[in-house]
Amino acid sequence: MKRSITRLLMAPSVILLLVWMVVPLSMTIYFSSINYNLLYPGRNNFVGWMNFEFFVTDPGFWIAISNTLTLLLSVLIITVVLGVALSALIDKPFAGRNVVRVLLISPFFIMPTVNALIWKNMMMNPVYGIFAWISNSLGLEPIDWLSNYPLVSVIIMVSWQWLPFAILVFVTALQSQDTEQKEAAQMDGATGWHIFRYLTIPHLARPIAVVVMIETIFLLAVFAEIYVSTGGGPGYDSTNLAYLIYNQALLQYDVGVASAGGLFAVLLANIVAFFLIRAVGKNLTV
Amino acid sequence: MTLTQQRKLKTILVGIASWTIALLLFFPIFWMFITSFKTELQAISVPPQLFFEPTLENFTIVQERSDYLKHAWNSVVTSFGATILALIIAIPSAYAMAFFPGKRTKDILLWMLSTKMLPAVGVLVPIYILSRDYGLLDTQLGLVIIFTLMNLPIIVWMLFSYFKDLPKEILEAARMDGASPWGEMTKVVLPLSVGGIASTGLLSIVLCWNEAFWSLNLTASEAAPLTAMIASYSSPEGLFWAKLSAASTLACAPIVVFGWFCQKQLVQGLTFGAVK
Amino acid sequence: MNSLTKTAVACAVSLAAMNAFAETQITVATVNNGHMIEMQKLTPEFEKAYPDIKVKWVTLEEGVLRQNVTQDIANGSGLYDVMTIGMYEAPIWGERGWLEPIDTSGSYDVNDILPSIRGGLSYDGTMYASPFYGESSMVMYRKDLAKKAGVTISDRDSWEHIRDAAAAMNDPENGVYGICLRGKAGWGDNMAFLSAMANSFGARWFDMDWKPQLESDEWKNAVNFYVDMLSKYGPPGASGNSFNENLALFNEGKCGMWIDATIAASFVTDPKQSKVADQVGFAQSPYAVTEKGANWLWSWALGIPAATQKADAAQKFVRWATSKDYIKLVGAKNGWGAVPTGTRQSTYENPKFQKAAVFADAELKAIKSANPNDSTLKPSPYVGVQFAAIPEFQAIGTTTGQMVSGALAGSLTVDQALKSANRSADRQMRQAGYY
Repeated sequence: MKRSITRLLMAPSVILLLVWMVVPLSMTIYFSSINYNLLYPGRNNFVGWMNFEFFVTDPGFWIAISNTLTLLLSVLIITVVLGVALSALIDKPFAGRNVVRVLLISPFFIMPTVNALIWKNMMMNPVYGIFAWISNSLGLEPIDWLSNYPLVSVIIMVSWQWLPFAILVFVTALQSQDTEQKEAAQMDGATGWHIFRYLTIPHLARPIAVVVMIETIFLLAVFAEIYVSTGGGPGYDSTNLAYLIYNQALLQYDVGVASAGGLFAVLLANIVAFFLIRAVGKNLTV
Repeated sequence: MTLTQQRKLKTILVGIASWTIALLLFFPIFWMFITSFKTELQAISVPPQLFFEPTLENFTIVQERSDYLKHAWNSVVTSFGATILALIIAIPSAYAMAFFPGKRTKDILLWMLSTKMLPAVGVLVPIYILSRDYGLLDTQLGLVIIFTLMNLPIIVWMLFSYFKDLPKEILEAARMDGASPWGEMTKVVLPLSVGGIASTGLLSIVLCWNEAFWSLNLTASEAAPLTAMIASYSSPEGLFWAKLSAASTLACAPIVVFGWFCQKQLVQGLTFGAVK
Repeated sequence: MNSLTKTAVACAVSLAAMNAFAETQITVATVNNGHMIEMQKLTPEFEKAYPDIKVKWVTLEEGVLRQNVTQDIANGSGLYDVMTIGMYEAPIWGERGWLEPIDTSGSYDVNDILPSIRGGLSYDGTMYASPFYGESSMVMYRKDLAKKAGVTISDRDSWEHIRDAAAAMNDPENGVYGICLRGKAGWGDNMAFLSAMANSFGARWFDMDWKPQLESDEWKNAVNFYVDMLSKYGPPGASGNSFNENLALFNEGKCGMWIDATIAASFVTDPKQSKVADQVGFAQSPYAVTEKGANWLWSWALGIPAATQKADAAQKFVRWATSKDYIKLVGAKNGWGAVPTGTRQSTYENPKFQKAAVFADAELKAIKSANPNDSTLKPSPYVGVQFAAIPEFQAIGTTTGQMVSGALAGSLTVDQALKSANRSADRQMRQAGYY
């Protein structure tokens, strides 16, 4: 009896997600096998693997995959490392800790499009931006971030967005750390570093896994930041898979190729997820 | 130096370091806010101006050009609506998975998360066509449905990890008293996990509020939320950073202030089952 | 059904019911350019003239707008009753029967519309979108800086002369860059400028068999010249600059010369936004081996999707917004220097406009000299000066723009950039079945 109730309780979300996945996915699979361009109505013949071939042989394809992974790994490393460091820093009370915490998590509430607009215009613009002004004040040549370091610029924007999320999760986790254990260790003469390394880090293993998992889901599909700031360029320097699909397929409304690209992105996501779950899965206790 | 002195010094140093980093990370937001009170010429002046005579002109212009309240209302309805709907759907399944795990629970959870990996750009056209056929284009309901499904996996997962860490003894006691699974969920589990549910909901609201792909592609005039308002100020003909900042400030302010107020709640609830 | 859905459905139903009884409501999609925002502000005037029509606006930035209206029109969704489209879309969509022909009868005086603009918005002799404003490209330069550097700029200089002038005016120590040009990737951004420049070097996008010609010597010469000149005498970060950024630079007095849309003339001569308003001179675009296609032609226009249920009201709106009276209305309200230009001969004949707009002659000359049907030295199969009016061009132009901006930023050589752009264009054309 219990079993059937369990199933009943799970049914709504499972069925909804199944529909949400199966319907668009099967439409995508179907579209990926036909000639389907919004601007050429009526030319919907079956083309086999042509859309896939077209997408994979795109000169930007491998660059886009490597950019997607670079972006993912860099942001993961930056947010996890800085997140752990900063949340450990503000773990102990000091004057105005609450305000500091509010300031630190604020970027997470900013829309990705606004995030990119602020950074692109007001921070990184080589003539009027804050960074240019700092460089000039120091007597240095201003750096043209978006043209010379496009991927780095995108990584900065995305990390700025997601670092607060990591801090939130880690701060929460640190609150539950056993203070007695820490004090005992201190009595035994352990240094701050040792406590951090042998008590805090293991305690954070699971929250780290959680942050990595959630961020991965979002980072694989970064689009708005690139669209607003670098437009994937110069060249293919900051084009990721999502942007490549947009650029190569949606810009000319070729739904067939866009669908094929979408399926590749799913494939990549699942490969990443597979390794990820092997790497951090044991901490996820699912 | 005595040990107490050393400790004091350390606290002060930690305070200074934390404040510096926090202010640096907050600076872009602060700058956007400040810029929204500048004239366009002040906004792009070199060196950047920190002190100036503030003007409300940009906000007046934004209000004249776009119906801010309508966009904001759409944002509120879609993000809160989708969050509530998703919680209603997710709570029973998360509960079932946490307390009556089967052999395939883990697979189901991972599968749910994997549905989030279908990139939006790749399925734009199918979703657009479906929305058109069901009359959901440019409606709040359409966006609510999309946002609900979009966030459902994460919500289920967060609730699942939260439920899993509830003390088992309380549940067993309830079971001894002969509570049905339904009664157990509503009377025992839910009251115990208000914090977890609240922070899950908060996270979902933030994600919906800031969603810009579907809300731009599936709306026109009726259901367009604040993200669409931003799109009418980004890269116009001419450099209008002050107006852009004013529009951005208006679009982000509600959710940022909301986040500040709920920050304690978020910090307590985002445990992902890390508390044993 | 939970209560939320119920409420939502109830709301939707009651809203629909309300609309049925109200006056006709039309939804207009437009770009967030200055002239369109002015049109939005003047809506009450239209509603006064047609009390039974109410106008709702959807204002978006160019890229998002284009994506939204294309989705809408290709899928026949009917969310918009009037949409702002460019000279690129109008003939393509007109050919597919997606747009209502514009009602040009009676007092509209269609013959007043500049022939090149009208031609660019027509397919098979029928006009499918009404020009709201039109533009070509020309040289805007600082008279004071030119004098100081001892150079003269005149109509149709050679590119070499422009480069030498840029070198002479370049003074980065004092924050003045010799020349500002578009560098930001995009078919409507850097490629709009560069296509026109390449035309004057004798290049073309496609040969008569639709084979992309980006690896030709003409393209190589043009792009090498462009990259070399802009890296030496251009502002920092040129590969991120498009119209907006260059306009701000020019208005701040940081550019010696700027070659861009004629519509910029009314901004750079407006003392309210430009620090150099009284020092701007105008000249026709430079050329290299031919004057053909040396300056581009573009128009933002209002079209009516065939899927609309409210074609009558939409026609009324389009006719109002692109009429002579509308131009007079703006002139009376904001001054004649601020009217939407580049559409009607009568605007340029108006003495008030001639007096207010120092750029009038240069602009009219540039627009009239552009011919979208014959813009390349060697024969080409496409229509359009700085673009080819085929659906594939948007992606081809954008990819090429990406590559060229890569070359400008120094991450690719010009040859590599053009090679990979050509390969990508070739793939695109093959995929679309041109050969």
